[in-house]
Amino acid sequence: MKKFTKFVLPGLSSLVTIACLGGCSHMVLFDPKGPIGDAERFLIVMAFALMLIVVIPVFVMVLWFSLRYRASNAKAAYRPKWSYSARIDLVVWLIPIAIVTALAYLAWTGTCQLDPYKPIDPDVKPVSIEVVSLDWNWLFIYPDHNIAVVNQLVFPAKVPLSFRLTSDTVMTSFFIPQLGSQIYAMAGMQTRLHLMADEPGVYAGQNQEFSGRGYADMHFKAVATSQKEFEAWVQKAKQSSNKLDLTRYEELEKPNVGYPVTCFSSVKPDLFEHILSKYMGWMGERGEMEKMGKHPGPMSKKSCSGHRKTAVLETS
Amino acid sequence: MFGKLSFSAIPFDQPIIMGAVGGASLLALVILILITYYGKWTYLWKEWLTSVDHKKIGIMYIILALVMLLRGFSDAVMMRSQQALAAGASHGYLSPEHFNQVFSAHGSIMIVFMAMPFLVGLMNIVVPQQIGARDVAFPFLNSVSFWLTAAGALLVMVSLGVGEFSKTGWTGLAPLFEKKYSPGTGVDYWLWAFQLAGAGSLMTSINFLVTILRMRAPGMTLMRMPMFVWTIFATNVLMMLAFPVLTVALFLLTLDRYLGMHFFTNALGGNMMMYTNLFWIWGHPEVYIVILPAFGVFSEVVATFSGKRLFGYKSLVYATAAIMLLSFTVWLHHFFTMGAGPNVNTFFGITTMMIAVPTGVKIFDWLFTMYRGRVRFTTPMYWTLGFLTTFVIGGMTGVLMAEPPADYLVHNSLFLIAHFHNVLIPGALFGFFAGYAYWFPKAIGFPLDEKWGKRAFWCWLIGFYLAFAPLYILGFMGMPRRMAHYANLAWHPYLIIAAGGTGVILIGIIFQMIQLFVSIRQRHAARDLTGDPWNGRTLEWATSSPPAVYNFAITPVVHDIDAFTDMKEKGVVYQKPDRYHDIHLPKNTAAGLINGVFAFMFGFAMVWYIWWLAVLCALGMLFTVIARAADDDTHYTVPAAEVERIESRRFQQLASAAVNRPAGSRTTPELLPQR
Repeated sequence: MKKFTKFVLPGLSSLVTIACLGGCSHMVLFDPKGPIGDAERFLIVMAFALMLIVVIPVFVMVLWFSLRYRASNAKAAYRPKWSYSARIDLVVWLIPIAIVTALAYLAWTGTCQLDPYKPIDPDVKPVSIEVVSLDWNWLFIYPDHNIAVVNQLVFPAKVPLSFRLTSDTVMTSFFIPQLGSQIYAMAGMQTRLHLMADEPGVYAGQNQEFSGRGYADMHFKAVATSQKEFEAWVQKAKQSSNKLDLTRYEELEKPNVGYPVTCFSSVKPDLFEHILSKYMGWMGERGEMEKMGKHPGPMSKKSCSGHRKTAVLETS
Repeated sequence: MFGKLSFSAIPFDQPIIMGAVGGASLLALVILILITYYGKWTYLWKEWLTSVDHKKIGIMYIILALVMLLRGFSDAVMMRSQQALAAGASHGYLSPEHFNQVFSAHGSIMIVFMAMPFLVGLMNIVVPQQIGARDVAFPFLNSVSFWLTAAGALLVMVSLGVGEFSKTGWTGLAPLFEKKYSPGTGVDYWLWAFQLAGAGSLMTSINFLVTILRMRAPGMTLMRMPMFVWTIFATNVLMMLAFPVLTVALFLLTLDRYLGMHFFTNALGGNMMMYTNLFWIWGHPEVYIVILPAFGVFSEVVATFSGKRLFGYKSLVYATAAIMLLSFTVWLHHFFTMGAGPNVNTFFGITTMMIAVPTGVKIFDWLFTMYRGRVRFTTPMYWTLGFLTTFVIGGMTGVLMAEPPADYLVHNSLFLIAHFHNVLIPGALFGFFAGYAYWFPKAIGFPLDEKWGKRAFWCWLIGFYLAFAPLYILGFMGMPRRMAHYANLAWHPYLIIAAGGTGVILIGIIFQMIQLFVSIRQRHAARDLTGDPWNGRTLEWATSSPPAVYNFAITPVVHDIDAFTDMKEKGVVYQKPDRYHDIHLPKNTAAGLINGVFAFMFGFAMVWYIWWLAVLCALGMLFTVIARAADDDTHYTVPAAEVERIESRRFQQLASAAVNRPAGSRTTPELLPQR
């Protein structure tokens, strides 16, 4: 049975893999703290379960066929000319098609439901946050409060968050794993993201798209607080002696790693739009840009996302 | 005079790099001295470097692939050991600048300079023989393609010691690779290495499409082609359609970097998303370009070692064609998170999942080929069984990421890294290794040692799971890819396990080297006299091992999918014809090699802005090709008498094989001519 042990081994090692997947703590994606992350986790588990319908039989058949029909087993049937069976052919085409159809349905509904551009609850006014990725820091602007903070995101739990994102450097990806969806931030363009935390806590936030020398250090703490604590934090930020005017922004924007967490008590009006327009080239007239921004993008017209006010392709 | 090039370009202050450069140079020096010592330069020049014989070019491709596999794997060892060390306050032994070059080089090398030469090498050796042809359609073009690929590979190797390699990943990241963010020579090395190899691949694809369509033996209709030929056909269609996109994308990047244009820049109307799209319109078919040939190898191996006709041949053909077509419709799944609308993301998510259907069909067809067969557990079969079990996990995680919302979570995480290694290592590399073991006796004349081959297999398989299962978990733990160091200590233990897995794979690679050494040492005892060591089913096993320069003295006539099995059953195999004819073959030429040397120097000159040299080399390439085109004396004749001499020696060999069959030979003795 030497051969048997040899072929059981790969099966066993993958079982160990699955066991590990179930047993580990720190699996932040399986410990979501918000509705988006939760729905996405559900989708992952569903898709895995559906696919096991094909994967498990393959494992069984590999073991069974290769051992049963090993050359040394003279008792097994041997039909060297048998090479087609319409019934088997039908089954091996139809079962994957059926599973993929189910998965496709999941993808269709899930993608519409979990579109990062879609507000979480249209009836609740979200906290607006403008995100600017820099080399290699994150700047968060709270336009409703006229404050800003570097490398730390503070927000109330149980309130939807509405992000507008751009980059003042290369492409980056804004991601708070426990809250769900990531989205790219790109220069001269604005992307959108909607998230919500179900409970207060400190969650890891990071850049998920390689962006050069300081990439590994481009992470931040996402602090979900109670509404009261958030308001207190805003008041405290307002007391800060730091003001984010253009001079200060230009200093911040210079490539550097690990800029200390800094609050700004006021922000130059429309700083986010200013950063966007830096990359608009000859189209960089403010009016021109805003006009484009207000039009629904070409992709959104017939999409299931009627809410999409600005498509990603809103630059030239 | 020398552009940007000066002595400061050589990183004398980097002990790790200088060590690698020193080691590589020393090895090259030793090889050169040995060649000189044994007086093999003339042999090397006449028989190999200037050869246009598809079998020899194929072997050279595979040697290139194996050398680059070692280079790419050393990069993997460095990455894994760096991440095993660089936890918390420790920043490991590699600076971010160096680490970023290492992962960029690893990806670039493994895809373009390991997988591509490996598959092109296999198809060079096998396809003409499987279709009963004497060579490829354009033997000289074949030589040009090879030397262009080699020139690209050399450019990557040179970047180790002169200047630096790209720090923007193997995909090149817009706009990170623009001059503003990557002012060094790294991106230029990457760019020109890809351009040269890409040009070579495009020519290869044209060559093999014509070969397969026009040069099949009489009777071999399309639906009688061996499965490997079908997959190679699909691969070459993909190469022909996809590589020009890469060429254009890189050309536009060249204009950006060299002439200050703005195709992919942040500002002045550039669109970085355009590059991402263009790259993956090549990049996704590229995945199937490297995987489909491996599927072909598995099809051949599983049929041969089950002693049974391939199950569901037509299904497999249609599945291959479906994969070929669908592979052009899925590229956007590489960037679901770029902000496209749900309709767009859903469309590409579903097309991606659809590829799982034909792939699943293939898996089941291979399984049912074993069903009611007589399965022989040889090394190629081990690789195939390892592939079948491991690949379905990779396929599963792939379909998972085709769900756009799931991808929003695991995109650019180590889950993604684990997924594509889980697809490409079993799906492509195991297939190449299976093909390497399967066709080695055919190409070289003696088989590889089975014992060491199986040991290497087990190390690779166990090492694979150890190295990549932790990466799946780390993906769920939220670890992004390409981290030079990290603060989250919860990730650390898994990265140590992964590094251990790389160590096990390293042992596997050492075993493969031992296998080669042992096999060469026992070559006389194990010589394959029959040309059919595995009881093969397709035409390549009808020739001697290694085949005569013309492959087939008499063009075979095909009546069945398993043409050779059919001949053996009808008893018409190994028959002496009444008379032989003169055979016309292409002459060797140095033009391909010279062209490659010019191409390398051109790339190097462009990287370092040595304009006069670049112009000179471009003209050199042009004139080499013109000179070759003007040469009318490109063929020679093997006279019928010489053919008869070679063939009668072959019949003597067969007769002696019938008397004392070498161990492991499975050829039915009654088919061999008796002495």
